[in-house]
Amino acid sequence: MQHYNMNLNLKVWRQKNNQTKGEFKLYRVENISSEMSFLEMFDVLNEKLITTGEDPVAFDHDCREGICGMCSMYINGKPHGPWQANTTCQLHMRAFKDGDTIVVEPWRANAFPVIKDLTVDRSAFDRIIQAGGYVSVNTGNAVDGNSLPINKDKADAAFAAAMCIGCGACVAACKNSSAMLFMSAKVSHLALLPQGEPERHSRVINMIAQMDKEGFGACTNTGACEATCPKEISLSNIARLNKEYLGASLVADK
Amino acid sequence: MLESKIPAGKLEDKWNDYKGHCKLVNPANKRKLEVIVVGTGLAGASAAASLGEMGYKVKAFCFQDSPRRAHSIAAQGGINAAKNYQNDGDSVFRLFYDTIKGGDYRAREGNVHRLAEVSTSIIDQCVAQGVPFAREYGGLLSNRSFGGTQVQRTFYAAGQTGQQLLIGAYQALERQVALGNVTMYARHEMLEVVKVDGKARGIIARDLVGGKLERHFGHAVLLCTGGYGNVFYLSTNAMGSNVTAAWKAHKAGAYFANPCFTQIHPTCIPVSGDHQSKLTLMSESLRNDGRIWVPKKQGDNRKSTDIPEEERDYYLERRYPAFGNLVPRDVASRAAKERCDAGFGVGTSKQAVYLDFAAAIQRYGKGEVSKRNLGNVSAEEITQLGKDVVKEKYGNLFDMYEKITGENPYEVAMRIYPAVHYTMGGLWVDYELMTNVKGLYALGEANFSDHGANRLGASALMQGLADGYFVIPYTLGNYLADEIYAKALETSHPAFEEAEKKVSDRINTLMNIKGKQSVESFHKRLGKIIWDKCGMARNKEGLETAIKEVQALKKEFWSDVRIPGEINSYNPELDKAGRVADFIELGELMCIDALTRNESCGGHFREEYQTEDGEALRDDENFMFVSAWELKGEHQWELHKEELKYEVIKPSARNYK
Repeated sequence: MQHYNMNLNLKVWRQKNNQTKGEFKLYRVENISSEMSFLEMFDVLNEKLITTGEDPVAFDHDCREGICGMCSMYINGKPHGPWQANTTCQLHMRAFKDGDTIVVEPWRANAFPVIKDLTVDRSAFDRIIQAGGYVSVNTGNAVDGNSLPINKDKADAAFAAAMCIGCGACVAACKNSSAMLFMSAKVSHLALLPQGEPERHSRVINMIAQMDKEGFGACTNTGACEATCPKEISLSNIARLNKEYLGASLVADK
Repeated sequence: MLESKIPAGKLEDKWNDYKGHCKLVNPANKRKLEVIVVGTGLAGASAAASLGEMGYKVKAFCFQDSPRRAHSIAAQGGINAAKNYQNDGDSVFRLFYDTIKGGDYRAREGNVHRLAEVSTSIIDQCVAQGVPFAREYGGLLSNRSFGGTQVQRTFYAAGQTGQQLLIGAYQALERQVALGNVTMYARHEMLEVVKVDGKARGIIARDLVGGKLERHFGHAVLLCTGGYGNVFYLSTNAMGSNVTAAWKAHKAGAYFANPCFTQIHPTCIPVSGDHQSKLTLMSESLRNDGRIWVPKKQGDNRKSTDIPEEERDYYLERRYPAFGNLVPRDVASRAAKERCDAGFGVGTSKQAVYLDFAAAIQRYGKGEVSKRNLGNVSAEEITQLGKDVVKEKYGNLFDMYEKITGENPYEVAMRIYPAVHYTMGGLWVDYELMTNVKGLYALGEANFSDHGANRLGASALMQGLADGYFVIPYTLGNYLADEIYAKALETSHPAFEEAEKKVSDRINTLMNIKGKQSVESFHKRLGKIIWDKCGMARNKEGLETAIKEVQALKKEFWSDVRIPGEINSYNPELDKAGRVADFIELGELMCIDALTRNESCGGHFREEYQTEDGEALRDDENFMFVSAWELKGEHQWELHKEELKYEVIKPSARNYK
């Protein structure tokens, strides 16, 4: 792989806090190595801003290896940028070339208010989990792990859904700001397993109710969420969610 | 005086006896007792959830935007448990023995045996929560091997075991939040322990969004805040992982144990340049199939595929024929460093060795041909079949490698180099996980207790969850049973007043330095000092220099750091400044500890103490103790020794040849 250096123009969303209006600001960064990660390029920008006495750009990030779900940049009109099945922190600068202009915005959704610059508040996701995204089992209640054989295909499908990192890219990609892919991943994970069976109906009903309360939009099946998901959570989970919800609505009396 | 409080009696009865005799708190009293849990990784989330379920009033804190982000989530390979589902001779005793030996005989027998005992309950608990572990076609749980053991006892969920376990604990925690038993404070950082009459009674936390300081009372405080690997600047830890909570506890009187015991993981993606902000691990499981080598010729610049077989040095297989590529982490890391230092390194930086899957691809390819009875197939087809098998086993790791390096590891050998990964040292705790400060506990990687001088793979997840789910629910009650008369303190109490003032004074001082150098630049310089002189190999001269350099760096930091922004606003640079200031002080203590320990053991390799063929030379006669450091003043610590007594296992030289 040939490495190269590049100069870039950045158009970055700056917003002091959720009380003030934001705006785009232009920055130039030079001698960016193609081996850098996208966030390392932002580190360079921030070091430069600090030296010149400007406020560095605030952005969420933590593990920088694509698993914690904290990084959240909307890059050139796409959550997490141009690469497929990828998080912002794993995007590397060889995706860009010398002279490019890159537009960087925060996740935009009513349910994800901006805290500062590119940092948003995703606590709505935690509240959705609180509404039922768990198996009610206290510590110490468990029986032997192998006393409950689980069909491998089902276990694998549950795992594929459980891989969701809760980053919110699905919401950011959706024109309705719907959280259905996130919701469906958790509902599917637990609905596919026998452990999730006892609370199957109340879980889906309560989680959907919370999702609506948080102000997420409805799903119109455009599939933008699936296309942008860094963990390739499948749209078929939403179909399962709808089935679960319908089934639960028919039998639930509360 | 250090009292480890290991219960008397036979090793295998200690924990049962303890559980049978520890004090209990009745349900009505539990509702009146408040517990603070700092950190929501595996240890913190499992503790907060379990204590909430038991009826305590819990407040949990994390600096991330959600408890689900804690760095436990990045653990890849798996979690050990002595289930013996594979019928390969595993037992609680064997897991205990492997862990003690892997730790190079610097861990407590009592603690480690308890860890091995509760390991089996962890798997049961996680399965009950719906953690989707890998399964066999019969529907039962699957296992794999890890370094330093000869049985298959590692449970896993592809390369995302930490994620799945943490999500399980997180969901249990959120359930308690919904039930009102736990109050969650995300984007909060603990900045001081509040002590009243020698007991921990609360914390000062900073709301990182608004910058305000908050006072929180607790009858007990649990620190579940992870390790301090980021003292090296570059490590596999998350960017936010820090020592601050543990360091504040240290400053409040808690002893810091074995700080020089740090783990360098052998298989990480090498540093590509000065811009590098963190390092990425490639799971230890890759060493099951990958072969590690360097060219036999120094400075060989040919591509890996152009170097013929006879000109390659498979140095681990050469030096350690019995364990080969699966030697424990400390041994594999040192061997890689030795080759690179001797001029055999590869890649542009020459600080890398090859991890090669070509042989495995051929082996698996041929295996598929015979399995599927394909008869005569071309070499290309065999290679393709082999690649498919490797993809199924390690696909996500190979993808990650390609994203970062731009190279396809199915075609060319991976380049890897050791990187800081885990810290065995941490706050000193007794058998009950309490520090020497009453009511102040440390769980998970934040304590020092179970891994000695080197941790075995897939044991960190086990320890975090053991402490949180199965140990603290008992040991905390034993303390709180005597605290039921202690009324919750008003946070207007002078102790809170004073603690808050201390924190705000420090923040003001930091902001008012208004110097010229960024926080990041100091962190980088600290990391370089510690990595060069207190990293994979240490020596007296280097450590003495490092101590002076770190002291000078501290002075420079406190006179020339530049922190932009304001105090009462969202200001990540200010958060980072506080953490780096603590790392600098810890760095000094690490070097002092390494300088004091005149032996080589586990991750601590002192160049003066090695055998003729370069293996670590332990000194059991003089150093079979835990070093617990008490802070006495600036640059001053006093060493307390906790002797390690081996009643069951007879320490011997670790031999993987």
